[in-house]
Amino acid sequence: MPLEGLGAGLAADPLLEFRGVNTYYGDMHALKDVNYSIGRGEIVSLLGGNACGKSTTMKTIMGVVRPTTGTVMFDGVAIEKLPTSERVRRGIVPVLEARRLFPRMTIYENLEMGAYTRKRGPEFDDDLDRVYTLFPRVKERRSQLAGTLSGGEQQMVAIGRALMAHPRLICMDEPSMGLSPLYVEQVFDIIQEINRQGTTIFMVEQNANMALSIAHRAYVLQTGQVVLSGTAEELRENPMIREAYLGEMQV
Amino acid sequence: MTAVDLFLQQLINGLSLGAMYSLLALGFTLVYGIMELINFSHFNVFMVGCMIAMLTLQAMGLSGQTVILSGAPLVLTLLAGFAVSMVLCGFIGVGIERFLLRPLRNVKGPAAMITTIGVSYVLFNLVLLTLGSDSKNFPNPLPPVVFPIGGAVLRLREVLIWITAAVLMLALNYFTRYTKLGKAMRATAQDAEAARMMGVEVDRVIMISFFIGSALAGASGMIFGLYYNLAKVDMGFAAGLRAFTAAVLGGIGNVPGAMLGGVLIGLIEALSAQALGSAWSDVVIFSLLVLVLVFRPAGLLGRLAPNKS
Repeated sequence: MPLEGLGAGLAADPLLEFRGVNTYYGDMHALKDVNYSIGRGEIVSLLGGNACGKSTTMKTIMGVVRPTTGTVMFDGVAIEKLPTSERVRRGIVPVLEARRLFPRMTIYENLEMGAYTRKRGPEFDDDLDRVYTLFPRVKERRSQLAGTLSGGEQQMVAIGRALMAHPRLICMDEPSMGLSPLYVEQVFDIIQEINRQGTTIFMVEQNANMALSIAHRAYVLQTGQVVLSGTAEELRENPMIREAYLGEMQV
Repeated sequence: MTAVDLFLQQLINGLSLGAMYSLLALGFTLVYGIMELINFSHFNVFMVGCMIAMLTLQAMGLSGQTVILSGAPLVLTLLAGFAVSMVLCGFIGVGIERFLLRPLRNVKGPAAMITTIGVSYVLFNLVLLTLGSDSKNFPNPLPPVVFPIGGAVLRLREVLIWITAAVLMLALNYFTRYTKLGKAMRATAQDAEAARMMGVEVDRVIMISFFIGSALAGASGMIFGLYYNLAKVDMGFAAGLRAFTAAVLGGIGNVPGAMLGGVLIGLIEALSAQALGSAWSDVVIFSLLVLVLVFRPAGLLGRLAPNKS
């Protein structure tokens, strides 16, 4: 029995919207009548345990899986039938779980792959400058093979690679996964900075504490259903969240 | 001929064979690198390439070794032979991929590999029906120029084969390292799903790798014809198997590995034939393959990668 959503669950002018999305893998009902609404300029976080439908959500946004029923709207246009490449071209860009850099390509080549759907030109150079400014370390190591970097450095390149696509919406899948606490802090600072520069962020994250510290709003998924949504503030105060995701025992 | 001259001569022969095997091995390795598929139709795309080159040269008025050309007509004739056989083979490869393998893309198991074996038989029998099973005289318009090196001889034929193979391999190297599509190809080979998420149209990349691999098989087929002065419907198996061995020896999926493996197999074939008799060269080649796989299972330049899920 899903709990009633709290207030502020809808963005007034959404950039990305799920309307009644149902996704099946064979017989498995992975997303059950899911509605999300991500407003322009927001950081929205998606919380939930294992196998709750977070990855399916990401795959549905990127077009790796197609919803069985329901609509995915981006910037007012239904996109659920578009191929992945067209979604990237329109500005929906992923930062993949576990980074997934191309290990035997240089860092520069990885950044180039991020800009795969774009033409070379001054805009490419501007974005490259922006990435190098955000991550001086990435610039230093640009001719090194990506597979030789530490996890934290790889995450910097993965975020840089997403920025090279000139994204309007970045979908981050577990950006803190496998990183040392120091890097987690840094990565979340960077995410906030990118958001301040105008990019909308939708973020799947296990680390609810960190996620709610930078997100404006969040959704909670359980076995494929949205059971709770609200502002980060509201969710931090919610007893169920405190117990299940913030590691606090209810007394 | 002294022992040194003999060795030198076999080195020259081995490098020519190696050039042929390298070009053929690249087709196996490009497709495997991207799809983890062993493409057995490649054996007979190579044979068809040799036949196309032969027919092209014949259509330009050459027959056997009776017409000898020089200067610009020679260069143009050879270029035409290579170009026609490479382009047509490229399209045959693309056709095989598009119409026979793409429908099987999401089928797990060996279905795609078995299909390539079937395609190989179809190509074989098409040539058998149209051109027959006899050994054909492959036209060779090269003047009999020889450059003596000590007691060994380097013929114009060898020089031509080396230059062609070197140019093609440098071009491939440039393509994969520096062009956008080439980078997309490498990215897809390293992580297809991530490449797709960058906006790479993976189906297109697969098609291009088939085109390039098959075109190189066409070039290799023409080299076979020029080297042996013959074309025969059953030529694909022995050469293809050695080229496949070369790809595995170098590390399948690894482009420089295929080049190195091809040259090594060619040299081993020539030198072992000299030392032990040509009946033994297969024994030596495949014994060495077994040894390499025991001690370096990923091949000479290959990496043991974790299985992609």
